Amino acid sequence: MNLAFNAGAHGNAPALPGSLSVEPRLSRWLSFSAEGHVTVTPGKVEIGQGILTALAQIAAEELEVALDRVRVMPASTPNSPNEGVTSGSLSVQESGTAIRHACAEARAIHLAAAAARGGLRPEQVTLRDGSFLGPDGAVIGSYWTQAEAALLEVEARGDVAPRPASSRQVAGHSAPRLDLPDKLFGRPRFLHDWRWPGMLHARAVRPPARRATLLDVADGALPAGADMLRDGSFLAVIAVEEWAAEAAAARLARRARWKAEDSLPEENDLSAWLDGTPAEPSVVAERIGPALPPAHSLSACFTRPFLAHASIGTCCAVALWREGLLEVWTHSQGLYNLRADLAVTLGLPPERVLLRHVEGPGCYGHNGADDVALDAALAARAHPGRHVRALWSRAEELGWGPLSPAGLIRIEAGIDGSGQLCHWNAELRGNGHSSRPGRAKDPTLLAAAHLDPPFRLPVAIDAPLAGGGGGQRNAVPGYSIPALRVTMHRLQDMPIRSSALRGLGALLNVWAIESVMDELAALGGQDPVEFRLRHLPDDARARAVLREAAAMCGWPRRAAEDGVGTGIAVARYKNSGAWCAVAAEVEAQDVVRCRRLWIAADLGEVINPDGAANQLEGGAIQATSIALKEAVRFDRRAVTSDSWEAYPVLRFSEVPAVELRLLPRPEEKPLGAGEASLGPTIAAIAGGIHAALGIRPRRLPFTPDTLAEAME
Amino acid sequence: MTTALSVAFTLNGLPVALEAPEGMTLLQALRGPLELSGPRFGCGAEACGCCMVALDGEPRPSCTLPVEAARGRAVETVEGLGSPEAPHPLQEAFLAEQAGQCGWCLSGILVSAAALLRRDPDPDEAAVRAALEPHLCRCGAQNRMLRAVLRAARAMRP
Repeated sequence: MNLAFNAGAHGNAPALPGSLSVEPRLSRWLSFSAEGHVTVTPGKVEIGQGILTALAQIAAEELEVALDRVRVMPASTPNSPNEGVTSGSLSVQESGTAIRHACAEARAIHLAAAAARGGLRPEQVTLRDGSFLGPDGAVIGSYWTQAEAALLEVEARGDVAPRPASSRQVAGHSAPRLDLPDKLFGRPRFLHDWRWPGMLHARAVRPPARRATLLDVADGALPAGADMLRDGSFLAVIAVEEWAAEAAAARLARRARWKAEDSLPEENDLSAWLDGTPAEPSVVAERIGPALPPAHSLSACFTRPFLAHASIGTCCAVALWREGLLEVWTHSQGLYNLRADLAVTLGLPPERVLLRHVEGPGCYGHNGADDVALDAALAARAHPGRHVRALWSRAEELGWGPLSPAGLIRIEAGIDGSGQLCHWNAELRGNGHSSRPGRAKDPTLLAAAHLDPPFRLPVAIDAPLAGGGGGQRNAVPGYSIPALRVTMHRLQDMPIRSSALRGLGALLNVWAIESVMDELAALGGQDPVEFRLRHLPDDARARAVLREAAAMCGWPRRAAEDGVGTGIAVARYKNSGAWCAVAAEVEAQDVVRCRRLWIAADLGEVINPDGAANQLEGGAIQATSIALKEAVRFDRRAVTSDSWEAYPVLRFSEVPAVELRLLPRPEEKPLGAGEASLGPTIAAIAGGIHAALGIRPRRLPFTPDTLAEAME
Repeated sequence: MTTALSVAFTLNGLPVALEAPEGMTLLQALRGPLELSGPRFGCGAEACGCCMVALDGEPRPSCTLPVEAARGRAVETVEGLGSPEAPHPLQEAFLAEQAGQCGWCLSGILVSAAALLRRDPDPDEAAVRAALEPHLCRCGAQNRMLRAVLRAARAMRP
């Protein structure tokens, strides 16, 4: 959900590949140094997914230089191309494709320049690790000797073909992560580790309720070097030393008096809230084809709770306010978007806000990284000339960051007398999946709603399906169905701030669709794998991953023991991205556990196979946690699951064994690995529960309580 | 709160001393005046393992431990395990297995894994899982970490 969604902003940009269409100037993507390095400057950022390494591989490949010559710079404004948000599993497609083509053109330009200087034709010149060789093998120039010439101060033309897949030496081969050594040796790599002389520390004191007004703060001493900052209902402390900021925040929290009101729905009856809240309807997809009457049909409703990002590190930003210029160091996924909202909130022209990306803890979507940047900026505005670092607590991270919205989907579907799907009707309800900054006239940043005067945070939206969608992501089955209608109802109230979490709507929709497929197969007396295969006549790549996962787990698997069963599911992420099939072996005793996962995926071209495998497996394990454990808890005023005790996630003892295969498709376009496995994993676990217990789960997470409901 | 305490201990093999305000945690001391970046804040409630350090060889969360609890004792953090020039076998094994994604959990996990291998040079997978149970990894790289610890154990055995 990024460039496609933003495309309108760029008008009739030339049809250059990937993000070159938004930033065609080659010098904005790469440069050479006389010391023998290539510097690549993407707009996408490292969020723990290994993108820097993949982009370095792509550059090394096209430029024909050793990988260790490539430096990938973290994004910044205004120096980096504006690549929107690092999201939607699109970084290799958008940034990687741009870098591949920019580097191919840079290579051709430099080679031509070297050839001209040597009095040779370009085809007489070869390239070895950045040096250009004449027909006699003598070096006639290099990227490094030509680094000073303004050769790349030109716009891409899109007329140089990248190296063919069959000749790739670096891209397509596993490479170790460039960022991992620092992280294994405890080197200061995260933003949280950076220190500036005289840096101050800020901590916010959040309200006791989502709807609350700060009345007053009782007088009292604060630790040495600590000050209070108050703007409307935004309350914070700023201190010279970090321990003092934390101690002061705890004291102020006790002294603050708030007027708090109920504003949240009843947690135990989310369906009633989802059904009763005004919503904007839209038709996601509709097919009216000739269909036979159903011989078997079913209708079912699937619901999911709010989910937290639950990164194990907390959000952080450092800000410096100096002479009307704001600099912010941030682990945001979208620097230009954040810049827009900071500028609006603080009343600054956007060009007076400079942002620099620094790595942070694992990011799985729109978390509090943007919010904490505003906290830091507000604190820095009160202390001009000093760097101020704001850091969230665990309670803020779990309780105040944007959450992935609850939702439900009702599906009514049937098969005809020959066992063929004949109709499908689905209705979705829930909040939108994007409150990302930079897209509306009002900011979406948490503290903006607490300032005096407050900003009214916009209700979350869903990108159009062509841009990846939000709640409706993967709501349209990839199966062949003659009569189909999918409708979405996006809620117009947002009591709990909702935004994008890895997978977005695919978490609910893939599970629901795949469960209905299992159930219809059973009604028609068909094997669930065969049933899916016969409904994928036009999608050979979906059939291939499903067959692969089935073969890996030995489908059909008969339960070896009581209470053990295996489920299987398949989906193409966003209906336009990677294909992934997952089989899950589930053991259901006092609680449900997932013992093993088998994952088969088709990611198109894979830049770093080991990195892609790591991402797919990580997504599947996060999905296992979501399937079995996770739900945001709240009362009528506030989120109460603001500790690990109240929001448990999967621990080492609960992690399933994983077997994973990537189908080789080096000639196909790259599709991204980060999110494809989540929906199918949840669905396969649900199928495994049915195989183990005979229950069809209808509500996430699959705990003894929700499974007992499904039994009734 | 502002009463200063003199605390001296051994940090990664070297003596350190600081004047710590009363109430300061060991984690605040390590990341503050002692300027380390390996031990990380995750929750402040001993529930995630990000801040794990070895105190006289035993893994302990440092986020709730008062700094004076370290007085006269040996504190080891990930920085004490090895360096890029002289990596600990665990660090080599984690690199070989590419065992990590965002990396936030790694400093604590390496401390616990090193303590495990001191205590049990030949652990099975269940023993490694048990030793790492106090640690969260949200990115889902646990299986790689289990393989890495077992690989390091093999490498360290004579």
